Amino acid sequence: MSQIPAELQYTAEHEWVAAGEPATVGITAHAADALGDVVYLELPEVGAAVTAGEVCGEIESTKSVSELFAPVDGTVVEVNTAAVDDPSVVNADPYGAGWLLKVAVSGEPGGLLSAAQYTDLVGD
Amino acid sequence: MSDDAVAAEARPSPLHDEHVALGATLVPFAGWSMPLRYGSDLAEHTAVRSTAGLFDLSHMAEIWLLGPEAGAFLDHALVGSFRGMAVGRARYTMICVESGAVLDDLIVYRTADEAYLVVANAANHDPVLAALRERVGDRDVTVEDRTDTTALIAVQGPRALEILEATPGLAVEGLADLRYYAALEGTFDVDGQARPVLVARTGYTGEDGFELFVDADTVGVPLWRALLAAGEPFGLVPAGLAARDSLRLEAGMPLYGHELDLTVTPYAAGLGRVVKLDKTDADGAPLDFVGRAALYARAHSEPARVLVGLVGESRRAARQGYDVTTRGGTHVGHVTSGAPSPTLGVPIAMAYVTPEASAEGTELAVDVRGRLEPVHVVPLPFYRRP
Repeated sequence: MSQIPAELQYTAEHEWVAAGEPATVGITAHAADALGDVVYLELPEVGAAVTAGEVCGEIESTKSVSELFAPVDGTVVEVNTAAVDDPSVVNADPYGAGWLLKVAVSGEPGGLLSAAQYTDLVGD
Repeated sequence: MSDDAVAAEARPSPLHDEHVALGATLVPFAGWSMPLRYGSDLAEHTAVRSTAGLFDLSHMAEIWLLGPEAGAFLDHALVGSFRGMAVGRARYTMICVESGAVLDDLIVYRTADEAYLVVANAANHDPVLAALRERVGDRDVTVEDRTDTTALIAVQGPRALEILEATPGLAVEGLADLRYYAALEGTFDVDGQARPVLVARTGYTGEDGFELFVDADTVGVPLWRALLAAGEPFGLVPAGLAARDSLRLEAGMPLYGHELDLTVTPYAAGLGRVVKLDKTDADGAPLDFVGRAALYARAHSEPARVLVGLVGESRRAARQGYDVTTRGGTHVGHVTSGAPSPTLGVPIAMAYVTPEASAEGTELAVDVRGRLEPVHVVPLPFYRRP
């Protein structure tokens, strides 16, 4: 059973969002487990505009590759360069050191799932 | 159908409970529920390259051909030559259909004068068994499917021999001198009883290693546990299908459903050497085998596409099904397998391309989800053990 922290919000594409200014974005433990060892991250540049529901990056493991969907509208203000340099932190600590982006959110985030809703979605 | 529903219908390996106890991620694979990884697939891959990995391959099909005409039958049914193969040897081969296309790739072991073991891919168990039964005709050969009663355990990696030698109860005379692609009968003690083990020096990882065929009910679990315990001081770890796939890709070994299928001949796959067009029967007369006429024609013409190795020059890896193009974007083929290589640290792929695009060093590109990534053609395998 993967960990699903109660204080975070989620997308159906397995991203998590920690509310704040800026908001922090990563992928869930469920997604990291399904991918296997992450070996390469392609993240947007600082300053890039992202749109909720649209692809903004890629997460690649030996076995497969998954797109990163922006969970909110906004502007990227920081990317986790330590995770780009050593993507294994995404598996080791997906909700901590394995965060991916910080986004200055424009407008009100919508359509995100609660921890309970995400738990129902992934069925564990 | 959801993955869970598939997994529920999948057959458990005889070692299923061991995998669960080890915390494996189990996935449906060719009708079986098999371990994808136990923890980190990269760590499992690296262990096989540097120390050793323990694999459960019990999903593979084991079909025995028994009787005085077993060798002659295989000469007819498969593309290779088996009648004259020495007892104790193994051979990589293929079973083709009349069109010359590949029904499966196989390893055939001769374990006695009148006994051959054919090991086929799990996904092709049914078609291979059906083809063998159909091709046997009225020959004095028994086709015996022992897939369900056989556990197949592989120890792969540079420490594999030391691990087998250190495993209590495992007795295989002449093991250290066993040649690559050869097999020996040995025993493994279970509760004081010496049970038979067929030990083959074969594998699918590009490393030295062994594959052990044993009775699923009585020997599988105790042998798995004994190998795991004996191997631990040598760095042996259990390894799953994810590592198996990345290891075989680095070693340039084809996987049915990727490099091989019913649309390709052995020649297109660069494996024409396994086809013995000139084999003869016991009287020295030319021997016809299934697919020979078509394969003869293919052997004497240039294939429309050939299998090549590609190394990526950027970070994004090509994956199965992606288009291969010139640097200018003209389509020349498609990727059959691809991944970021854990050992080499660059993306690698195998692909079918037109002959004009197949020369070593040719600069090509792969359409990786809408963006052309530069690659170049390299000889296979990508990795050769030191």
